[in-house]
Amino acid sequence: MKVNTVIIGAGVVGSSIARELSRFDVSIAVLERASDVCEGTSKANSGIVHAGFDAVPGTKKAYFNVRGSKKMEALSKELDFAYRRNGSIVLSFNKEDRPKLEELLKRGEANGVEGLKILSGDEIRKMEPNISDEVVEALYAPTGGIVCPFNLTIAMAENASVNGAKFFFNTEVTGIEKTSEGFKITTNGEEFLADTVINAAGVYADRIHNMVCSDKIKITARKGEYCLYDKKVGGTVSSTIFQLPGAYGKGVLVTPTVHGNLLIGPTATDTEDKEAVNTTAVGLDSLQATGGKSIKAVPFRSVITSFAGLRAHPEGDDFIIGESTVPGFFDAAGIESPGLSAAPAIGEFLAGEVAKKLSAKEKSDFKAARKGIPNVALASPEEKQRLVKENPMYANVICRCELVTEGEIVDAIKRPLGATTLDGVKRRTRAGMGRCQAGFCSPKTLEILARELNVPIESLTKHGPGSEFLSPHKSV
Amino acid sequence: MKTKIAIIGGGPAGLAAAIAAKEAGVEEVLIIERDRVLGGILNQCIHNGFGLHTFKEELTGPEYAARFIEKAKELNVEALLNTIVIDISRDKVITAMSAEKGVFTIEAEAIVLAMGCRERPRGALNTPGYRPAGIYSAGTAQRYVNIEGKMPGHDVVILGSGDIGLIMARRMTLEGAKVHAVAELMPYSGGLKRNIVQCLDDFDIPLKLSTTVVDIAGKDRVESVTLAKVDAKNKPIPGTEEIIKCDTLLLSCGLLPENELSSQMGVDLSPITGGPRVDESLETDIDGVFACGNVLHVHDLVDYVSKEATEAGEHAAEFVKGASKRDSEAAIGIETGNGVRYTVPVCIRKSRLRDLLTVRFRVGNVYKDPEICVYLGDKCIQRRKKQICAPGEMEQVILKKTDIEAMNSGETIRIAIENESK
Repeated sequence: MKVNTVIIGAGVVGSSIARELSRFDVSIAVLERASDVCEGTSKANSGIVHAGFDAVPGTKKAYFNVRGSKKMEALSKELDFAYRRNGSIVLSFNKEDRPKLEELLKRGEANGVEGLKILSGDEIRKMEPNISDEVVEALYAPTGGIVCPFNLTIAMAENASVNGAKFFFNTEVTGIEKTSEGFKITTNGEEFLADTVINAAGVYADRIHNMVCSDKIKITARKGEYCLYDKKVGGTVSSTIFQLPGAYGKGVLVTPTVHGNLLIGPTATDTEDKEAVNTTAVGLDSLQATGGKSIKAVPFRSVITSFAGLRAHPEGDDFIIGESTVPGFFDAAGIESPGLSAAPAIGEFLAGEVAKKLSAKEKSDFKAARKGIPNVALASPEEKQRLVKENPMYANVICRCELVTEGEIVDAIKRPLGATTLDGVKRRTRAGMGRCQAGFCSPKTLEILARELNVPIESLTKHGPGSEFLSPHKSV
Repeated sequence: MKTKIAIIGGGPAGLAAAIAAKEAGVEEVLIIERDRVLGGILNQCIHNGFGLHTFKEELTGPEYAARFIEKAKELNVEALLNTIVIDISRDKVITAMSAEKGVFTIEAEAIVLAMGCRERPRGALNTPGYRPAGIYSAGTAQRYVNIEGKMPGHDVVILGSGDIGLIMARRMTLEGAKVHAVAELMPYSGGLKRNIVQCLDDFDIPLKLSTTVVDIAGKDRVESVTLAKVDAKNKPIPGTEEIIKCDTLLLSCGLLPENELSSQMGVDLSPITGGPRVDESLETDIDGVFACGNVLHVHDLVDYVSKEATEAGEHAAEFVKGASKRDSEAAIGIETGNGVRYTVPVCIRKSRLRDLLTVRFRVGNVYKDPEICVYLGDKCIQRRKKQICAPGEMEQVILKKTDIEAMNSGETIRIAIENESK
């Protein structure tokens, strides 16, 4: 297939670039090795929209973080995904750490973060009664927020698709060659020929970059483990609670999620294996201990799941964004934290660069708005009534814990870039994300998937080929 | 709409409560059931062993349920199927939703909570490892095999020796799977002795006590699990790891009463059972709201569920007939003595007692040759010898109204396990 631009990776960064580039008169192919969008780092992170006080002024991290964070609210309305500005707090447990708090404050101000202030332990405890008594001071950032990382990614990808970008799943890039006709991209399937290539391959961005460029980069997979807690303890804190780096290890936060759960994590361990999204006993234990320093009591018994994600850590500590040494080959590499916050701005920037390169014009028929799946659980009684009248399937509850209906699941399957896997349904609707973790609803969800996709139930997977749920009967 | 008694859930507890209320003369009894059929989880329990106490014969789950469903039909118990309750207010207005009726409300004079329980998922165990396909709760696997006719996998390890796990060890074996082991964290099984014999021993499936899963391998589908022995504090002992190649891990690690609705409406719940605290009439702290079956506390046998739910239905009937309002009478507390984890009920009001009261409870450990003792104040009025008491089996004592009436004010009832052999 011949296109103007190939984007490698359909995580939050690739999807954002695809969406922004689909404003232009450019043919786009997004190649994703997994079976869905949002299958890598984008699905397993803190879901935080960082205010932007952490990144060193002048870095790409600082620039894109602050700009992304400022765009997030409007974007959440335009593309209909969950986002809430809940504020961030950095705790200090030691009077002597005052300079460190001040350093963050200064950095934030230099980065253009608004409303930062240092508060006393008592002032913080008034805001957050469950904060540890050992906290002496804290930095408060009212512009910090939380977002649904799944629907942020899905919404941008869907919108890109509606605007003409083509997505190719289960498509792994095996080689890239610059030829006189453009970049020849070989995959496990189809071959692509593109004028420009954008590398948004997450932890594998080094492999992709190094296929083309002589100046090699290295991306290290840095594992982060998390524990997610029941919604009944979701109110333990209302802001996102960080600790001053150094005091009790680095970066374990305690935060409500945008859906009302409590999340504690991540750990940070470098791993050679870029597929190692397994949790470990050591990691999970340390989370409880480290995260536990921030709050009075960790609700151990209310854990509903744990998971791990891999950050794409670059050697130079800063994002690698822009055209590489090979003209027409662009990188969005090393997008570790605050990558989720920065993604909308990275997309905007790179789309602009690529459009310039291709001398592409903005389309007049770009559809900027996207309407998400109706959320029956959050709908008012009147809205529920209206939905059910429109389609009785909105009354058939499939996931009891999160109150997700058949109507929503069918929507998730039928919409652009619809779900084809159980995890795909889960990330789009929350079916199976509740306290029973899909015990009751997975058989029913599989049944709906099989019916709507018109495939045998045995062929259905959790997250793509190899992860089939059921196995054929063996003849005895 | 309006009704006299609304029953939330049409499983064994809801059915028995509805039948009892109807038989006690209440005209309007309404079951609200989220599934498309009545009978609850019994429908997927196609093994036998149900009804030995109730019907003096061995029935399968669906057969046991059918007897109650037919009885309920005979009595014209009304049932709303495919209907999910989304909220219950303290003044007993139920908000429900169905494809047929949309969102609607039901005003009830009394409510019987009979929502049952659910299984503890992998996430709640915080088991490290990957998160591939092939990890199911035992009940989910049971549904696949018995209702959908599908196999979840062929090489199976089971974590937890709860009854559903034991039943599924046998079921998967009969379907041609190899069940390599059942691992149990505790030094004793959480299931019934008869299930260990009939489901594991008879099929040579090893039960590994004081053992847990410490790792799950396989990114897409389960490839192996690592078992390890645990110490007295349930911490894995390094060096005892054993890797078992398998494609499926079933979990049977405990059942949790499903009290989201109860908790939303403000019913006082016990942290031990996860179910409402009830008095002698199985009435919660909210007047006219009763609870029975696994939503109240997890039972071992459905026969006991039916019995308890019958009582709840009768008490709800008395309530709507105005015969049984709680007054200012102080309740007598039932205390848990040595070895007793909880009791149902937790308190008694003398004026509402029937001649005999069944107090159900579970013990916290395995006791050999113990005595189950009942104290009224300082006085021991019952001392019953048993061969064994185990956490997997529910126990009960029966109190006489005449004994309770003789108690002095300020005294409490205490149930304890004593004189077990070490």
